[in-house]
Amino acid sequence: MIRDITIGQYYPADSVVHRLDPRVKLMAVILYVISLFTFRGIWGFVLVTLALAGMIKLSKVPFRFMVKGLKAIVIILLITALFNLFLTPGETWVTVWKLTITKEGLKSAVFMAIRLIYLILGTSTLTLTTTPNQLTDGMEKALSPFNKIHVPVHEVAMMMSIALRFIPILIEETDKIMKAQIARGADFESGNLMKKAKAMVPLLVPLFISAFRRANDLALAMEARCYNGGAGRTKMKPLKYKKADLAAYGIMLGYIVMVILLRVLL
Amino acid sequence: MNFIEARKLVHEYIRRDEEGNVEGIDTALDGVDLDIRQGEFIAVLGHNGSGKSTLAKHLNVLLEASGGTLWVDGKDTTKEENLWDIRKNAGMVFQNPDNQIIASVVEEDVAFGPENIGVPTDEIWKRVENSLKSVGMIQYREHSPNKLSGGQKQRVAIAGVMAMEPKCIVLDEPTAMLDPNGRKEVLDAVERLNKEKGVTVILITHYMEEVIRADRVYVMDKGKVVMQGTPRSIFSQVETLKSYRLDVPQITLLAYELRKAGLEIPEGILTRQELVDALCQLY
Repeated sequence: MIRDITIGQYYPADSVVHRLDPRVKLMAVILYVISLFTFRGIWGFVLVTLALAGMIKLSKVPFRFMVKGLKAIVIILLITALFNLFLTPGETWVTVWKLTITKEGLKSAVFMAIRLIYLILGTSTLTLTTTPNQLTDGMEKALSPFNKIHVPVHEVAMMMSIALRFIPILIEETDKIMKAQIARGADFESGNLMKKAKAMVPLLVPLFISAFRRANDLALAMEARCYNGGAGRTKMKPLKYKKADLAAYGIMLGYIVMVILLRVLL
Repeated sequence: MNFIEARKLVHEYIRRDEEGNVEGIDTALDGVDLDIRQGEFIAVLGHNGSGKSTLAKHLNVLLEASGGTLWVDGKDTTKEENLWDIRKNAGMVFQNPDNQIIASVVEEDVAFGPENIGVPTDEIWKRVENSLKSVGMIQYREHSPNKLSGGQKQRVAIAGVMAMEPKCIVLDEPTAMLDPNGRKEVLDAVERLNKEKGVTVILITHYMEEVIRADRVYVMDKGKVVMQGTPRSIFSQVETLKSYRLDVPQITLLAYELRKAGLEIPEGILTRQELVDALCQLY
């Protein structure tokens, strides 16, 4: 049903990774991405693979959910691999018709593909184990130092969480307007692209008007409940580091040091 | 001093054309006087455009008066420094349940108000639990508001206001978008808050059946308070109400017609039981 749509792809489970503070997970993903693009050689590869496998195992998310995310990047993956394969200069390995594949090209194509796949798997571990709200909270807290240079961190986070709340409502509304317009003879299905785009006008105009009206009502309701920006606000569920979070930071530090050492030493 | 006191309250909406010149002035409130005591259940009745919603927004200082004075809990609403105190003490529930729920989890939405006024975390948890219990929604605390019915959403909105522990709660047509079941759920919750917790309730509505529960009724028309009194005294004036384009409850109307037809039954009958009793007295 259209009301059941969840944004992001959260997979509910009770695991160590699910319970970690979202700030820790954000940091971990950033470090992991950095490590993906710094590792070199077979040992570095083994290390990032182990780290990824460990994360996935701990998160208790079935592997097939992870792989779903890969479908979206198959094309990018192919193009990147092909470019790397054919356009890297170096020692010739095979020549097919006018195209030459070099040894260096083969190597960089394989590594590039692996890097991209790991990148998607690593970041989807974050979105699969963290609800959008936790993510927003985590970002708000993690970026709060930027408040000092007048970046409206709290306001942006509030906007994000309100957007998340209203997406299902607006989807439902779109559905309703669409049905109402179809009942009055609107045609959203047939015709070429141009015609289809034009057919969207009677859908988008009412949707926009209603969204603005909702925004206005919501602003009034928030003001009536004493909303006054981020200053002086307390939290029902404040983010607090627990032992597991500190341990995770420790592991992350160890991991990144190892990746750098492997790169420098080997 | 009464809990809410208004003297000659005026509100004007100024219509402007594209260049910003004044095109016309709509007077939404025209010299309104109110006297509401702590703990009362007040209903404000009025046809569309009678100014009742404008009045509701004044009680929470969402609008500024164009003239006259309004005190809420002894504080002058025209003074900027009183703004947050008044909003804290006069909670407000709006018509559309979807447009006033901010968070994606019921309990987090109820916590929104207390969070804004800086209540400590432990206290927030207590308040959320108490106010969800008081509207009978505690079993839904971890649900998403999108999957609740209209009546349930509106009760969550009321819980959200209650969690700020206001002395007074203003409900601006809270049942207009609900089905009869939802309407009853919401009104029962409101009545309980009034009777058990002593919260002053100001219910803005155009459903006559809801008005019967009130202690006193204000009837508004064209920005003026045109009638006030107990529900019984208001509903005994069927002709006057009709002139303000308002209907009376069906039972009251039936009793009125019977009375006009010559039966000797008293004026201002509000419930079916009263009508039955009155009819049985005759024979």
